[in-house]
Amino acid sequence: MNKYLLKINNLSIDFGGIRALNRLSFDIRQAEIAALIGPNGAGKTTLFNCLTGIYAFSEGDILLFPPESEKGISLKGMKPNQITEKGLARTFQNIRLFSRMTVLENVMIGRHCRTRAYILGALFRNAATRKEERETVDKSYALLEKMGLAEYVNEPAGNLPYGAQRRLEIARALATDPFLLLLDEPAAGMNPQETSDIIDLIREIASDGLSILLIEHDMKLVMSLSDRIFVIDYGRKIAEGDPAEIRSNPAVIKAYLGA
Amino acid sequence: MTISSVFREIIRSSLISLWFVFLTFPLMVIKVNPIERVVHWRWGNMLYVAVTSFVLSLFFREVVRRRKLRETRPEEENRAGIALSIRRIFDEPGKRNMLTGIVFCFSLVFPFVFSSYQTTIMTTALMYVVLGLGLNIVVGMAGLLDLGYVAFYAVGAYTYALLNHHFHLGFWTVLPIGGLVAALFGFLLGFPVLRLRGDYLAIVTLGFGEIIRLILENWGKFSQGPSGIANISRPGFFGIHLSLDSAIVYMYYLMIVFVLATIFIVSRLQNSRLGRAWIALREDETACQVMGIDKRKTKLTAFALGAFWAGIIGVVFASKTTFINPASFTFLESAIILSIVVLGGMGSIIGVIMGAFILILMPEYLRPLSQYRMFAFGLILVLMMVFRPQGLIANVRSAYHFEKTKRTFHA
Repeated sequence: MNKYLLKINNLSIDFGGIRALNRLSFDIRQAEIAALIGPNGAGKTTLFNCLTGIYAFSEGDILLFPPESEKGISLKGMKPNQITEKGLARTFQNIRLFSRMTVLENVMIGRHCRTRAYILGALFRNAATRKEERETVDKSYALLEKMGLAEYVNEPAGNLPYGAQRRLEIARALATDPFLLLLDEPAAGMNPQETSDIIDLIREIASDGLSILLIEHDMKLVMSLSDRIFVIDYGRKIAEGDPAEIRSNPAVIKAYLGA
Repeated sequence: MTISSVFREIIRSSLISLWFVFLTFPLMVIKVNPIERVVHWRWGNMLYVAVTSFVLSLFFREVVRRRKLRETRPEEENRAGIALSIRRIFDEPGKRNMLTGIVFCFSLVFPFVFSSYQTTIMTTALMYVVLGLGLNIVVGMAGLLDLGYVAFYAVGAYTYALLNHHFHLGFWTVLPIGGLVAALFGFLLGFPVLRLRGDYLAIVTLGFGEIIRLILENWGKFSQGPSGIANISRPGFFGIHLSLDSAIVYMYYLMIVFVLATIFIVSRLQNSRLGRAWIALREDETACQVMGIDKRKTKLTAFALGAFWAGIIGVVFASKTTFINPASFTFLESAIILSIVVLGGMGSIIGVIMGAFILILMPEYLRPLSQYRMFAFGLILVLMMVFRPQGLIANVRSAYHFEKTKRTFHA
């Protein structure tokens, strides 16, 4: 078995009496693509928001295992930017790009937590700052090329076609140098051709050794990509296993078909 | 346009004109003469109001209609208008350099060509350029709507006035101190408002601006209250005593230097890691945090840096007028600086400079119409928001150029 990257233990979160996540436990291992599925309102995005520090969870714990450390780091009380710095990046279900910045700048923002220049660096543009800035631009551009977005470099992000915006979100998340990438419905609103493109893209990203946890409703994508699938409903995990197991799991069929 | 749509427009405008007549009725028509106890009904005025508002409304609606038509047409045909041609001049390096050269030469000889009255006005305009650029960091780049900016201006001015009054410290000593004290206040204001955005932030900053002014007005022992502080020293010039006229010229050149320095610094900030973080914060706060930007640090830096400039100009203001009192730091002042930023174009340096010149110089040169100043002010802002919400010159992010194999970039 591969090394743990993320361990979720009995995670619960309440929103004024509504228990959105209920004693949820699972783990992600190195070099795997895991999928999180479940009916609408099951708590998938809530879980992502807990993982990235947007929501503070009420009970349980989340442990993150960055490559350099053997012992896990608890994400309890950590701010979103600190978590990103540790190597966990995400995209959003409803695209949240910086729409009036250029495509390149959007990716450059992702490099923010890996660079240091501040006021003085900006004013004097000393050798170190110039070098850092050059690296930022080069790495960002390389990512855009990889994602097939090079033609849009100086275009405002908001002007991009929908599919390109989705890819830009992934590029921006990758720019933070994550070891675990969370994708929130990467194929939402895409046609079958675009979906199969995004499947190839995700596979290519994963082939670089990056682990991925994704939320998705498109079963073709989920079944063809994932090594393991977690199914949640009403904030509870109802099933876990590889695609074949999930497909034949009675609890999953019940949750999805309401039978 | 078809007959029926013309007819509809006329009906709409008639309704609008009727509404205006109703609104202005008590002011324009009724006039009470309390001595003779009679009421004059000035029906003629009502007619003027009705006709004027009818014509204006027809005109306005026609302009809006044409504008909408133009928007539906493709981008290429759309490239007309003064603002865009200005934009194009700035895009071409040759023309831009020539224009910059002309403006620079003009600004250098200005005090020798024009009277000292003109020079003083120009100095004031330059002060507002710097204030506008400072607020531009907070509002234009970081997107934090600050309605109490004048408070930092006041802090800078009073820092110099008090230190000069009690300890006889000179202008050049206090200049950095004033800036830093204002930046500290910016930092202090930043803490409680970290979680707020939009209208809530605007209200808190508005309150903050009023608190500072009320303290200065009422804490007599500290600030000498509404009577203010007089006899503040002018800036020193290597220990040489300057006559009033040469002091004005000196002040002017000082401001030119400040403006150049501010433009340099702000443009460098804009295309730096920090500048990008501010703009990302403006665009989407949550996404910005999730991408690894420390929201707290970035916001506080924006507040502190914006306040720093206000503090510096506060010191300059105190030394220029040699007398300050709290009446110089009312909310109106904040509103004017904010209007400069909005009118000029949020985040755009050239836009803010033009905004400052328009809003500060126009009232000075149109003295005979000073009664209508606030009216014109409001009208300009309303028209701007309708026709060019992005400001005179919209901010365009700098482009990077790549070649397929060998990648180079020019910021």
